[in-house]
Amino acid sequence: MTESECVECGGTVTLHDDLEIGEIVDCETCGAELEVVDVSPPVLDRAPELEEDWGE
Amino acid sequence: MKIGLLYSRIRKDEKLLLSELRERDHEVAKIDVRKQRFGLTETTAEIADCDVVIDRCLATSRSLYATRFLSAYGVPVINSPETAAVCADKVKNSLALEAAGVPTPATEVAFTTEAAMEAIEDFGYPCVIKPVVGSWGRLMAKIDSENAAEAILEHKATLGHYEHKVFYVQEYVDKPGRDIRVLACDGEPVAAMTRSSEHWLTNAAKGGQTADFELDDEAKDLVATASDAVGGGLLGVDLMETKDGEYTVHEVNHTVEFKALNEASEVDVPAAVVDWLELKAEVAADEAVMTA
Repeated sequence: MTESECVECGGTVTLHDDLEIGEIVDCETCGAELEVVDVSPPVLDRAPELEEDWGE
Repeated sequence: MKIGLLYSRIRKDEKLLLSELRERDHEVAKIDVRKQRFGLTETTAEIADCDVVIDRCLATSRSLYATRFLSAYGVPVINSPETAAVCADKVKNSLALEAAGVPTPATEVAFTTEAAMEAIEDFGYPCVIKPVVGSWGRLMAKIDSENAAEAILEHKATLGHYEHKVFYVQEYVDKPGRDIRVLACDGEPVAAMTRSSEHWLTNAAKGGQTADFELDDEAKDLVATASDAVGGGLLGVDLMETKDGEYTVHEVNHTVEFKALNEASEVDVPAAVVDWLELKAEVAADEAVMTA
């Protein structure tokens, strides 16, 4: 397990080991959706907002 | 092999695929389409030497154009832009199923609120109105009354962009509280599950409860025909059971999500998908040699 900082609230976000660039994690402190933009070391950014054409 | 994976967001589905590909020692090129440029003859995307590229774009618009460009460059892409174009649009989806003789809910399209209201009145209540582009059960409406119909049509006409002025009206299928999702590779079912809910929308994304489902021969045949109707590939075929004990296919999805199916089914879905991808890559390589 590794840790990174939430860009929304500054809280600590615990991350699992098989982290992938492009995946979304939630901040347990503020609930923000965060995108993993780098994995070594982990870097998080705000995730894009839901778009109307997202889906299957 | 070298497998390209087009994405803009890595969901659990993509993680399962990536894990399976890497376990088999395939080289994976993750291609974030948000960072790429696509020219008429070349792209910044890392597609060189890819035996096959699989489109896992979350955004339909990106999926449609990225696959179109890759196909133009001569890169084998799954699913094909033709399949994506049919599956991404409910009108094209319905027409393709009907043309192939696949039972599908009665549907009418109208371009004005007045004509849409006539279609709704002809279907009677309840009936269903859907956006032509969209997923996860969003913006779908079960219309139970004339008042609701008028309000929904006015809202769509006033608030929506032009696609919402294509009114896609469909009969309401009184299914037994569940529908069936089948993941198929070129029409061959990999696994199937039911999605159950007390709500009329049973999508897993809407919280439908999932359970493994054993397909009968009739359902298997419908899945194969529906897959062919939209051009084949890695697809999610959605069926409903009618009161008459028949099946009706309401849509085919082209960037199919399978995390819920993988949990509901005893089948190792990502493994089966990668098995099929390997075959597709081999066929593409053989075709490239023959045309060289």
